[in-house]
Amino acid sequence: MFSLIAIVLGVALGMAVQAVHEAALNEFGRGLRSMSGAADLQVVGPQAGFDEHLYAVLARRPEVAEASPVLELQVKIPGTAETLQLLGVDVFNLARVTPLLLPRPTNTAGRFATLAEEHVFLSAAALAALHLKPGDDIAFQAGAESVRFKIAGDLPGTEENRRLALMDIAAAQSRFGKIGKITRIDLRLAEDAAADDAQAALQNLLPAGVLLEPPEAAADQSKNLSRAYRVNLTMLAAIALLTGGFLVFSAQALSVVRRRSEFAFLRALGLSRRSLFTWLLAEGAVVGLAGGIAGVVLGHGLAWAALSLLGGDLGAGYFSGLTPRLHFQPGITTIYIVLGMLAGIAGAWLPAREAATVSPAQALKAGDEMTLMHQRGHPWAGLILLLASLAASAIPPQAGLPLGGYLAVACLLAGSVLLLPLLAATLAGGLPARGPVSARLAVARLTAAPGHAVVAAAGVLTSVALAAAMAIMVTSFRASVDEWLNQILPADLYLRAGRAQSGAFLDAALQARISRLKGVSAVNYTRHDSLRLAGGAAPVALIARPLSADGRELPLVGASRPGDAGLTSTAIWVSEAMLDLYAWRVGQRVDLPLAGRKVSLRVAGVWRDYARQSGAIMINLADYRRLTGDMLVNDAAIFLAPAAVADEVAEALASMAAAGAFEIARPGEIRALSLRIFDRTFAITYLLEAVAVGIGLAGVAASFAALASARRREFGMLRHLGLTRRQIGWMLALEGALATAVGVVAGLLAGGGIGLVLIEVVNRHSFHWSMDVHIPWGSLALFAVCLIALAALAAVLAGRQAMRLDAVLAVREDW
Amino acid sequence: MRRRDFLLALAGLWLSRSSPAGSVDFAPVLPGRRLVFPADHGAHPDFRTEWWYATGWLRLPDARQVGFQITFFRVRSGIGDSSASAFAPRQLILAHAAIADPDWGRLRFDQRSARTGFGRAGFATDQTRVWVDDWRLEQVADAFSAVVRGDAFSFALMLSPSAPPMLNGVAGFSRKAVDPRYASFYYSLPGLDVRGTLSVAGRSLPVSGEAWLDHEWSSALLPPAALGWDWVGVNLADGGALMAFQMRGVGGAALWSAASLRPAGGVSRNFAAEAVRFEPLRQWRSPRSGIAYPVEWRIGVGRRVFLLRALMPDQELDSRRSTGAIYWEGAVRLLESGREVGRGYLEMTGYGERIQLG
Repeated sequence: MFSLIAIVLGVALGMAVQAVHEAALNEFGRGLRSMSGAADLQVVGPQAGFDEHLYAVLARRPEVAEASPVLELQVKIPGTAETLQLLGVDVFNLARVTPLLLPRPTNTAGRFATLAEEHVFLSAAALAALHLKPGDDIAFQAGAESVRFKIAGDLPGTEENRRLALMDIAAAQSRFGKIGKITRIDLRLAEDAAADDAQAALQNLLPAGVLLEPPEAAADQSKNLSRAYRVNLTMLAAIALLTGGFLVFSAQALSVVRRRSEFAFLRALGLSRRSLFTWLLAEGAVVGLAGGIAGVVLGHGLAWAALSLLGGDLGAGYFSGLTPRLHFQPGITTIYIVLGMLAGIAGAWLPAREAATVSPAQALKAGDEMTLMHQRGHPWAGLILLLASLAASAIPPQAGLPLGGYLAVACLLAGSVLLLPLLAATLAGGLPARGPVSARLAVARLTAAPGHAVVAAAGVLTSVALAAAMAIMVTSFRASVDEWLNQILPADLYLRAGRAQSGAFLDAALQARISRLKGVSAVNYTRHDSLRLAGGAAPVALIARPLSADGRELPLVGASRPGDAGLTSTAIWVSEAMLDLYAWRVGQRVDLPLAGRKVSLRVAGVWRDYARQSGAIMINLADYRRLTGDMLVNDAAIFLAPAAVADEVAEALASMAAAGAFEIARPGEIRALSLRIFDRTFAITYLLEAVAVGIGLAGVAASFAALASARRREFGMLRHLGLTRRQIGWMLALEGALATAVGVVAGLLAGGGIGLVLIEVVNRHSFHWSMDVHIPWGSLALFAVCLIALAALAAVLAGRQAMRLDAVLAVREDW
Repeated sequence: MRRRDFLLALAGLWLSRSSPAGSVDFAPVLPGRRLVFPADHGAHPDFRTEWWYATGWLRLPDARQVGFQITFFRVRSGIGDSSASAFAPRQLILAHAAIADPDWGRLRFDQRSARTGFGRAGFATDQTRVWVDDWRLEQVADAFSAVVRGDAFSFALMLSPSAPPMLNGVAGFSRKAVDPRYASFYYSLPGLDVRGTLSVAGRSLPVSGEAWLDHEWSSALLPPAALGWDWVGVNLADGGALMAFQMRGVGGAALWSAASLRPAGGVSRNFAAEAVRFEPLRQWRSPRSGIAYPVEWRIGVGRRVFLLRALMPDQELDSRRSTGAIYWEGAVRLLESGREVGRGYLEMTGYGERIQLG
């Protein structure tokens, strides 16, 4: 029964994670397809855009049948936290490249409704989300101002879930301070142009940092971005499934023990070895199949719940702005059912073989017990596996996935299980053979026949190891993020006008007013942009802010090489991801496309960044302005004068712009918000953890239930020898506690190792960030004690069932 | 369907029913202005709408006759006059072209539209030069070069005039209604000699023939009561030229009409409204739009009576993607006393649903 639950849970979790992400990715892909329509290629560049004249150059080319310029912005709706994706387009060209985006004006919108400067068109999803309808007014933040537009119609061709706004490109440029800039050109190639040749020819025309990509690239990038996260969750689900398989193993093993004489009779009656083996395997398969079917049902339910509660990224923030719908996928569902069945078969394999190989004559003899678990297990194989996990950790990531890390986790788990008998024997040997009779009996049993305990402990080990590893990883991550937030938020107040892609910014006049404000002692301004460094790779964040020559404001990692006196080259500071993704090294000179030119810069040091897993580059604001001439900024970090009151300054700042245009926050609020997002991201892993522990406990209960019923004769004998039921109960509780303690100790050791692998290998390879190790000693200890107590209780309850039988009957059963 | 909705809103370029007064100061069409060439061959961007409209008959190497038309519209949208953006849609260029081939049975049609700027579209003001993408109409020496590259056909034609422009109305001031505010500057270049190549279905053929070029600009054309108009321009076999139009109201009633008749080598005579009559004879209903068009007309100009007969009935033109209108525009033969006396083009607008514009 418990093994069934374990399989159900393992399959359900895997299925749920899979279904949710499939739904989210589908949605994302579909959204992108309607956005890129019939485009063969897209010209993309920095988030802040590139020179619009490129459009004229490309539109003239013979390879290009049609070019459609797009200015994409994330516009803020003042006074709310809502942002909306806004496309500035030329409707004339849209019709021939991305007709699905064509706006539909209302009947009353007037002539040239699609060209009018004050008109905007919203998709149905955007209208619904904002509770607006065509004909209403809507305000967007432009710079620090609020600008009103009229909703002149909708976007009937867009995906119904896509939140999108669209207006004429000239209006978007002039209203949002983007004169001369576009962010994308969608190209349809001439029919006689070979795609590869055309791409090569056109790429040569593009300035530095502007790339030509197939429209699928954006989908691929976002897929890749979330892929590591998805794979990690799937791996956790797989471990749950593995644990389930393991529990089938212990349940089957013990049931084989219990029915040993039964099988021997059957064999003696002529049942072939082969039939017995197949029969027992089929038993496991049935359990697995039932678990698999129940699991996919539960999985779909979980996925549905997760989608409605956490969103398509399970709270990780990869697919914001999407509301995916669940689709039933027969193929994947079948795979998960088969996985459940395989777990059942695999669990039943060893016990079935064992039952089938024993000779009937020997098995018919009473008291002959299993040889399933060797007295000392396979310590050498275990050791070798542990060593192998070390080697596996050193394997570099394969296609962006930490396969070596997963292999190391698997080796660690398997190795620990194989070493478990040795550990059990060692622990038992170290226990004193004194005290009340029940304690002595329990210890004696562990010492003499550790096999049973080991089977129970192995289930505990796998689940404890998983839970402990996750706990260590999450604690380390959270503590590191907390520390990191403190380091990057030194100011008293933070003011944000908007992100790079948005039409919101602080111009020079506003900057001067903020700096002059009473109560402000110093202001650090930050400019955000993003760069395209390589085709097919996600954009890299570029952050320009005032920096010291030694970069002391940054959460630096490792040695840095701030500028030598002799070096005149400009320094940049890169996040750890840049080392992994672009193989940049400290001291190296790199070319960055700034303002359409290649600029040679020097990597001065590496900083830790938990915010952007595709990489970030920090540059001194003065250098950035010198190199690009861009004087706008997005954020301001404000240091207060000693006597200033933060609330008053915040109020004065807010009154400088349209109501709600500025987000003003204290570092404490930002920290709390960031940690809340962090916890939300890990909500799903907490869930997995709880399930793993539940499965472990179920394993203990299952093992002892099976064991207790197999030991009915023994209990009868003990009763005959004068032990009270109470004493036998104590004995069982102690046995359970001892077996679980063995599993918990081994699980904690293995979990520590796996936690390190998760931190140093899996996280580093998946997300390209390092973290400091923090071990939650207190909660791990509490967890261990609770688990042992619960296991003892489970053992007693299981034993009570077996002891209900009359002592005389129990003994007689054997003769 | 969606596309049509979007384009309907772009429409109203020349069928616009909006009043002459608006928030934007479009240049008014006032009588007494003398047309000066070649400057007036060029664009007049201060006015609201303007078009260059070339139509004609082409003879293929196998002696078959096909009709062709190419129209470039320049539209001042009144939007973005103060915008700093290079994309500001102040001036739009819309073009459509068609080949009327009786063997094919209906029009081969294509269209282009763009805002001016970025080399995508533009116009010159000192002579005829207007283009959108690789479509262009351009004055080369004394002739006009028309180049169209469509998906189903393309052509490159040289149109050479042999006579000075025929000024319609009063010295080129062409009234469209009783209210003199509804008027245009309008001249025609009839009897153009055509040479060039026509490519259809990948086959490029040398062609020759005779064509007609209209150039008209205005800020207020269609009077409020008008649903559309019927226009005809015919090169007469004897070297003369006939232009006639009527503005049509509800129920087909003529609200205004006018005609110009120029004998070969002579001076054109302009006929006032009461001397021009349009009488529809035979109807043809489009299977695509369900709209019925008169494809045979009796036209009275002064004392002369002509019969106008379409080269083929189905010459409906769906230009909703550029100008937003669906109408009939095709090659016609002109007969007088049962004898063919000329070949030209007939344009009939406003036969569909009442166009909701502006």
